[in-house]
Amino acid sequence: MSYELSHLDALEAESVFIIREVVAELDSPVLLFSGGKDSAVMLHLAVKAFAPAPLPFPLMHVDTGHNFPEVLQYRDERVAELGARLHVASVQEAIDQGRVAEEKGPRASRNRAQTVPLLEAIEKHRFNAVFGGARRDEEKARAKERVFSFRDEFGQWDPKNQRPELWNLYNGRHRRGEHLRVFPLSNWTELDVWQYIAREGVALPSIYFSHRREVFRRDGMLMAWSPYLPLLPGEEVTTASVRFRTVGDMTCTACVESGAVTVSEVITEIVASRVTERGASRADDKFSETAMEDRKREGYF
Amino acid sequence: MELLRFATAGSVDDGKSTLIGRLLHDTRSILEDQLAAVERTSRARGDEYVNLALLLDGLKAEREQGITIDVAYRYFATAQRKFIIADTPGHLQYTRNMVTGASTADLALILVDARKGVLEQTRRHAFLASLLRVPHLVLCVNKMDLVGFDVAVFERIREEFRQFSMKLDVADLSFIPISALGGDNVVTRSERMPWYQGSTLLHHLENVHIASDRNLIHVRFPVQSVIRPMSSKFPDYRAYAGQVLGGVLRPGDEVMALPSGFTTRIRELDLAGRPVAQAFPPMSVNVSLADELDISRGDMLCRPGNPPLVGQDLDAMVCWLAEGVSLLPGARFALKHTTRSARAQVKQLHYRLDVNTLSRDETSPRLGLNEIGRVTLRTTVPLFFDEYRRNRHTGSFILIDEATNATVGAGMINGPAV
Repeated sequence: MSYELSHLDALEAESVFIIREVVAELDSPVLLFSGGKDSAVMLHLAVKAFAPAPLPFPLMHVDTGHNFPEVLQYRDERVAELGARLHVASVQEAIDQGRVAEEKGPRASRNRAQTVPLLEAIEKHRFNAVFGGARRDEEKARAKERVFSFRDEFGQWDPKNQRPELWNLYNGRHRRGEHLRVFPLSNWTELDVWQYIAREGVALPSIYFSHRREVFRRDGMLMAWSPYLPLLPGEEVTTASVRFRTVGDMTCTACVESGAVTVSEVITEIVASRVTERGASRADDKFSETAMEDRKREGYF
Repeated sequence: MELLRFATAGSVDDGKSTLIGRLLHDTRSILEDQLAAVERTSRARGDEYVNLALLLDGLKAEREQGITIDVAYRYFATAQRKFIIADTPGHLQYTRNMVTGASTADLALILVDARKGVLEQTRRHAFLASLLRVPHLVLCVNKMDLVGFDVAVFERIREEFRQFSMKLDVADLSFIPISALGGDNVVTRSERMPWYQGSTLLHHLENVHIASDRNLIHVRFPVQSVIRPMSSKFPDYRAYAGQVLGGVLRPGDEVMALPSGFTTRIRELDLAGRPVAQAFPPMSVNVSLADELDISRGDMLCRPGNPPLVGQDLDAMVCWLAEGVSLLPGARFALKHTTRSARAQVKQLHYRLDVNTLSRDETSPRLGLNEIGRVTLRTTVPLFFDEYRRNRHTGSFILIDEATNATVGAGMINGPAV
């Protein structure tokens, strides 16, 4: 018999170990579930880690109010199927109550505004471990983040003062009011995630696959036309066959032209692609070279 | 497709970032928008060439200061393997960073500038790789283009390093002459060094045999948690969740639980309800046993004839990772070993090791940041451990400062203290 393990099995084993460590050592975890493919895979791994026992923690979605309806529907279906508990932290509510100022203008996005309701919900429910689906290959600030990433009482990340992380020994100790962000998919790449989705048959929102949609071009990216994104002069709405490579809210997530309707067709396109998923589809990273680091320091995902 | 984790180490300006950039570029792992961003930044900074190091330095402070602060993880894959690179900076906090990167590495890649030869830093990096027992070591002699691709230069460096490495515990050592800038012997074979008959770096990374690096003999299964659904659908399901750190487990095998010492048989192995025929490192599984025993987190399953060492007194090498606070005899810390947590007191600091000369300073009263020493520890509860050289996972621990909760020490167990 062979004792070789495929890269997907090795990644799965590591992620399951991490998720179980959190539940064993931290009494109040929550899993951030946006309905995107990374959180879908993370949820799948979490279910596997404890089955046949039920998922031992609730889910949380930070709802910008500008989400794709297909993604919200998927979120609710998954939650119902698992019998899980879902907390929704609402950006709209935070804006209405004056706790967050909304960006103005045609390029306004609620991306950055998510940090406030996220941190408020963590404080309110006293979560001390927050699972996120971020991967180190996504972005260069994330490449330096720990699996167990410590946050102070303001939810801040201090990249220059991170705990060394050795072997598979994770340090989850913290004081009351502080918390840990935990990233079980740290060592996965976009391709690993898709290969795992194919292998495990993980369900995804329909917008990850080719569909007809009204779109327009902005800053070299193809944006979904919606009431949340007013057109600028010269911008024109056309209909195209597109799919999404990442799923944030409608104001900062772009799509790519694609005819891929199955997971294996998506994988074929990714292998041939010459642009990263965030480069192709995330307006939120394009503010500056360190846009992600800046947001992460404030307490972003 | 197998997974290979490797750590890179090098001295300042030896071309490590260029080499990693070259590996990523030539395996088509750098995509157009990443390259465009680097080109933009290079131009804005007035660099003469596209500075591939910018691909790797992600934090604001790193870009401003032109240095790498922290371990960065990089990913690429070929048709043979998926690779995880732990890129550890050579100068700042080198010990802390290299020890971190090396702790999970199957292979360490150390760079030498062909013009400078083996430096103090080279010896330091090689020593740390051997201390952390990284199974495979590759010395890349870089910048061969700047010494006219001279075989004599390469052989002189190889001989010098080989002499030094005899003092270390290195199981597998390879030497590759390269030019990261020109791509010679990185991904494609160099026509400018016909005297070199060995593998290119990528070919070596793709083919080095790592399957035997794990310990498949001594069964070690530290229990992470107990899975008990207590539902009408699974009224009797009770299994121990964990990751296999050594040996091979199969249904029917006799196992002993520690600390109780009771023996029973494995009834079933599964993950998420799917039966698993055999479990070996690093698989995460659920183990169901034939008898109901009192087993909880921090306990360990092993084979009855082949148990780990059990004890509260450890002889260990400790690498100190904390600024400001030192390791002093008498100090107490929280200790994490496998899935077991304890408190530990430093009974004795035997010596501080000079990582440049490998000499022992037996008069040192403390260990400061980035220093390594040999200590005796006493723990509040017994640990189930192996010598680090037998099993990197059951032989390692971390020390945590109970006041700040910071991870302050990394430990490798030599054996029980006598």
